[in-house]
Amino acid sequence: MTKHLSPTLTPQAASQAAERPFTERHIGTDAAAQATMLARLGYDSVDALVAAAVPASIHVDAFRSESDTLLPPAASEREALAELRALAGRNTVQRSMIGLGYYDTITPAVIKRNVLENPSWYTAYTPYQPEISQGRLEALINFQTMIADLTGLHTANASMLDESTAVVEGMLLARRGSKSPSHRFLVDADALPQTKALLANRAAALGIELVETDFGTLGADAEPSEPTEVDAEASTGLGDYFGVFVQYPGATGRVWNPTAVIEAAHAQGALAVVAADLLALTLIMSPGELGADVAVGTSQRFGVPMGFGGPHAGYLAVRKGLERQMPGRLVGVSVDAAGHPAYRLSLQVREQHIRRDKATSNICTAQVLLAVMAGMYAVYHGPDGLRQIARGVHENAGRLVAALRAADVTVLNATFFDTVRVSVPSRAAEIVARASGAGVNLYQVDCDTIGISVDETTTPSDLTAVLGAFGGTDAFGHVDLETSVTGLPDELARTTSYLEHPVFNTHRSETSMMRYLKRLADYDYALDRGMIPLGSCTMKLNAATEMEAVSWPEFSGIHPFAPRDDVDGYLELIRQLETWLTDVTGYDSVSLQPNAGSQGELSGLLAIRGYHLANGNAERTVCLIPSSAHGTNAASAVLAGMKVVVVACDELGNVDLDDLRAKIAEHSDTLAALMITYPSTHGVYEHEVGTICEAVHAAGGQVYVDGANLNALLGFARYGDFGGDVSHLNLHKTFCIPHGGGGPGVGPVAAKAHLAPFLPGHPLAQDEEHYLRGADGSAGTVVHGGGPVSAAPYGSPGILPISWAYVRMMGAAGLKQATGAAVLAANYVAKGLEGAYPLLYSGENGLVAHECILDLRPLTAATGVTVDDVAKRLVDYGFHAPTMSFPVSGTLMVEPTESEDLGEIDRFIEAMIAIKAEADAVAAGVWPADDNPLHNAPHTAQSVIEGEWEHSYDRATAVYPLRSLIRGKYWPPVRRIDNAFGDRNLVCACPPPEAFAD
Amino acid sequence: MTDQTTLKYTAEHEWVLLEGDTATVGITAYAAEKLGDVVFVELPAVGTGVIAGSIVGEIESTKSVGELFAPVTGTVTATNDGVVDSPELVNSDPFGEGWLIKVTFLELPPLLTHAEYSALTGE
Repeated sequence: MTKHLSPTLTPQAASQAAERPFTERHIGTDAAAQATMLARLGYDSVDALVAAAVPASIHVDAFRSESDTLLPPAASEREALAELRALAGRNTVQRSMIGLGYYDTITPAVIKRNVLENPSWYTAYTPYQPEISQGRLEALINFQTMIADLTGLHTANASMLDESTAVVEGMLLARRGSKSPSHRFLVDADALPQTKALLANRAAALGIELVETDFGTLGADAEPSEPTEVDAEASTGLGDYFGVFVQYPGATGRVWNPTAVIEAAHAQGALAVVAADLLALTLIMSPGELGADVAVGTSQRFGVPMGFGGPHAGYLAVRKGLERQMPGRLVGVSVDAAGHPAYRLSLQVREQHIRRDKATSNICTAQVLLAVMAGMYAVYHGPDGLRQIARGVHENAGRLVAALRAADVTVLNATFFDTVRVSVPSRAAEIVARASGAGVNLYQVDCDTIGISVDETTTPSDLTAVLGAFGGTDAFGHVDLETSVTGLPDELARTTSYLEHPVFNTHRSETSMMRYLKRLADYDYALDRGMIPLGSCTMKLNAATEMEAVSWPEFSGIHPFAPRDDVDGYLELIRQLETWLTDVTGYDSVSLQPNAGSQGELSGLLAIRGYHLANGNAERTVCLIPSSAHGTNAASAVLAGMKVVVVACDELGNVDLDDLRAKIAEHSDTLAALMITYPSTHGVYEHEVGTICEAVHAAGGQVYVDGANLNALLGFARYGDFGGDVSHLNLHKTFCIPHGGGGPGVGPVAAKAHLAPFLPGHPLAQDEEHYLRGADGSAGTVVHGGGPVSAAPYGSPGILPISWAYVRMMGAAGLKQATGAAVLAANYVAKGLEGAYPLLYSGENGLVAHECILDLRPLTAATGVTVDDVAKRLVDYGFHAPTMSFPVSGTLMVEPTESEDLGEIDRFIEAMIAIKAEADAVAAGVWPADDNPLHNAPHTAQSVIEGEWEHSYDRATAVYPLRSLIRGKYWPPVRRIDNAFGDRNLVCACPPPEAFAD
Repeated sequence: MTDQTTLKYTAEHEWVLLEGDTATVGITAYAAEKLGDVVFVELPAVGTGVIAGSIVGEIESTKSVGELFAPVTGTVTATNDGVVDSPELVNSDPFGEGWLIKVTFLELPPLLTHAEYSALTGE
């Protein structure tokens, strides 16, 4: 059928008419495919299938009509981009000289195009399957090596969420690593304001007493060549403490020697945590040389745009001996089955999902994509290039100081790297406003003081504009910028080398850099190759249109503490997204501040804590957690100052109601909350969820619903309707923010009105008021009055346009269709594999939610073939393995998501059935148990080409088990990796090139 | 090879060899098997005072982090540097070279006999 355009249509309307709805781009199965799948399952429609799976009592239709939605009708891709352009136009990109831990930076275009905007990097998952993740593991070990070198410490992890949360983790690490029984932690008075606020919020929940300590003055009278005066007395006369925190250089910009403070800490068994600026460390002594035990900070200024606050990779490094106390992800070197070096995640058993309430950190997601970018910035520039950038920054700061002094402006710093404080009695506001008018944002500390930070992008005309604001230009508007003074104390000059590994000294040409990035990307399996059916991870499409706005300067080039007037478009986007997320979850208010799911959990629990405290119920500290819950739940509860009590689950993975009632009765006076995941971590819609919520409420407790599995519910049921008081969502699962190879994430926390005042606020927020749904559905506002959980007021807003675009282009109907398609796909996989692998759990109609658990234990018992064998063999078949042994050991959890098409889903089913047949052949004795295609998987090209072939199966079976693989084969770069070897021989920095000689 | 029937045991899957006022402590083969490949062992410093039932060390495998409990109250007099350097000894020889600590004690809390421990593990 040919459609003829009416000549009366405007060109714009014509193009819209031709544009296919985005839902058809996002959802992989079309009507014909869905009909085929439904026929296999015996249902007439997707709605009928979901109606049979989701309990009727929680269905959204029981609570409101479809027309009540606050979501606008779905926009086309072009319309959504046009709206984003309009929002972007309401932001003002000024030259930022605010500092405070965020600096403008030049992202090398080769890194922007080949990493940030490249789906091979941004659509990969956390490297839990190391054999198919060698590229980003190498990139991350580059990052770790860079951090360890620059900080002068032994081991660095592969990234924290931001600098302030890294300081909190440093404090927690000091408490467990120190020999002191003290509950006191000394905090540098010259620390960043957001870090102080974060420390206060987190310490309060854990009974840690913070002691703000002035370790010295700005040293306005001292010369940089003289040793800086340090008030070590201040740290010795303060009684006992388990740790001390030093900002280096300080928030004021001063550069001082904290050795005496660190020695005083060590003398009483306390640990020293130093937050250090990576660029400054190319010129000044490292924390390691100064004696620090832990260094933390951010790598933002290494080529990662400010993005109004994030995402960026924070860092944490420790001295030798503290490796096993580190939070977060750590990449290490091990060997593969052929004895070749291979990278992998180390010490995974120390993560919160294994240690549960014994965990000492709830950090899960890292900031992999951003850590890769920062590491590559160092690879591209090398040690000389970084030193040159740092010198340029310092010289420009020196020019500014000289010119200010020449103009008789009082510069308070005697020492500085890139930041100075200037005294302008009663004139600060006026000067900051004048600078703003000239296009430069400065930091107004108080009415008498201004902070100015220079960065890599600062130009002479920026300096002239600043001087002009101070009245420091001549009659012609000129400034003498010839003179520069140094602000770095001689005693702190860095003499040790760094970044000597060849990887930091090879890729100077763009050709070389481009090929290095391509080679690493080719090692890895991301969504641009095929399906990643990881249960509980929701690896759906990250559409190109959703990603577009991320690198627009109006979103990427904004400082998190920019003036309110500069960020109007951002605040509007945030307000809209808060409203939409509130609407689809049935809550009343949302905070977008938490920059990971774990932080959202913590924020929700802290809100519950704040609510109970405000009601005079300080004794309510018990948090009930089902045994089937993700381990992070327990870790977050502990960090919110709660006591974890485990509730039993039945054999279907559902909460044991009798045990729940018994535990509630036992703790009726102290019950704070129940944490429940819905649908359950076992991928089943629990039918008793309403009863469970009622029982907790009746005892005075709050219900926390973990939103990890929201992709099975959106559009069909809402947490707020069936009893939830607060939830966190994972925008990097349900709302399309790409996993980035292990971060960034965004974990908004959504709550009912009574908890909204306790959601995270921020002392430097541009707008304290947030959307609040009124009782009658009308729009109101509420101040989120809790303490901050992220360094920036809105967390990682730089990636919020992704989720905004997804919701905008799907509309309420599209989101519901996506859920239906996801549930259909999971049930179709379960049905297709039922003859080969038993389904571990299903709901009352034999249906699963959006994921299904395949029980491999009978197969293992019968054939000796393990979950690991099947997962690694899937690599030979061109697939990423499903989630292994979670939530139940010896199982695989499959989540196909709505974005996969029927062809890819069938290909997966075919591969799994073929692998089952191979396992049966092992059981039948066709192949020996210790020499078969499963046991030896995955197979590299080298392993089938080199030397004599002495296996019981042939080469083609090894690498081309299906003929369809011949043209598009994914070749893993390494064979199966030895986990124990890597954990016994912990090496977490780049190995020398000779290690790869073979 | 230690005669396992003469050893005492705890419900935390530790074995205790009593010689005078000194208890030598390790984890049982059953525990080592359940833990899987041991990759790291952290032991208390010699001279540390320990209380029966308290956590005094860690045994980390590729599957989990297990805790070492003091089976008796007393003072640590020796630790096995061999397992710190080669944690796999806990798997290969749990009752021998895989011993962990020696503790001198004043009085003995109730411990399990070999038969009682075997009943506990069902082996």
